[in-house]
Amino acid sequence: MDEHEHDDLLDVAPGEPHDSLFSETLSYVVGLGLALLLTGVSFWVASTSVIWGPGVATGLVVLAIAQMGVHLVFFLHITSGPDNANNVLALAFGVLIVFLVMIGTIWIMAHMNANMGVNPELMNLQMQH
Amino acid sequence: MTTSAEAPAVGLTHGGSEDTGLGHRGPESKSIVVPYGFWLFVLSDMVLFSALFATYATLVHATDGGPTTKDLFDRNLVAIETLALLVSSFVCGLAIIAAKRRNMLWTQVWLLVTGLLGFVFLSIELYEFATMIGEGAGPQRSAFLSGFFTLVGSHGAHVTAGLLWIGTMMAQVWAKGFQPHIMRRLMCLSIFWHALDIIWVAIFTIVYLIGTL
Repeated sequence: MDEHEHDDLLDVAPGEPHDSLFSETLSYVVGLGLALLLTGVSFWVASTSVIWGPGVATGLVVLAIAQMGVHLVFFLHITSGPDNANNVLALAFGVLIVFLVMIGTIWIMAHMNANMGVNPELMNLQMQH
Repeated sequence: MTTSAEAPAVGLTHGGSEDTGLGHRGPESKSIVVPYGFWLFVLSDMVLFSALFATYATLVHATDGGPTTKDLFDRNLVAIETLALLVSSFVCGLAIIAAKRRNMLWTQVWLLVTGLLGFVFLSIELYEFATMIGEGAGPQRSAFLSGFFTLVGSHGAHVTAGLLWIGTMMAQVWAKGFQPHIMRRLMCLSIFWHALDIIWVAIFTIVYLIGTL
């Protein structure tokens, strides 16, 4: 193959179907590399004292969401292409429900602990068994 | 696909760039519809896990005077588990690439490696569970530990199901070859396996890393 064809193969978006063994494998290798990098950074952020303590948990959540994005694009091939419209819409709805359930539960339960009139420590005792 | 342009069928369509979404080309092919249906199942599975995550986050401090997250979790073990599952997910992709090219040897080899790495992950998880239960930190000990075993155990149960599925697919590919319906099952398996790795990313971050800060 000549140089120009080679460029065309690499020009395909990560999740798009390819015909070339090389570019298809390359997409997975790039995905693996990014995922390893994000995982490594997560473990490093969790054990270093360089970063401001209270910000570490937020940073870890951001890194996790980024890694999920990498998995979706490079491994599950979720793209913005027309073939993927239904998949993306279903994903968007799934993400909405996941966030509603998680944030809603954590928010309500934390406030219930804090606002039920009983000493929060005592209230939490009720939940310990 | 363009030959069916005049068919007046109404159904699930999404495909060519000229598609109006009105179903004028008839239903999409099974190779599109089946993974889409399976994708819906996987997303509903993630909704299930979101409820387990919410339960865990609510109960994580309810330790009843027993062991806390900091006492129990070993980051080195978790790092190995994470690496095994991530590489397993990658190798599963290689198996699909080989299967698309109808290469029996490499499809079987990559599926076997996928399964073995999944088994390494599961063994470490079971070792961790057994150690914790041996130390008296079983699921009955506190609400926190009930939530922990439910969340991480559900993921482990999914991985176990995935391992059985991988074995089944190796046998089916071997016996029946790369027929269209076998290829669709392989696609669904790879979606399932990649989704398990996505859920594990949330678990190692929220349960293990944030739990041991």
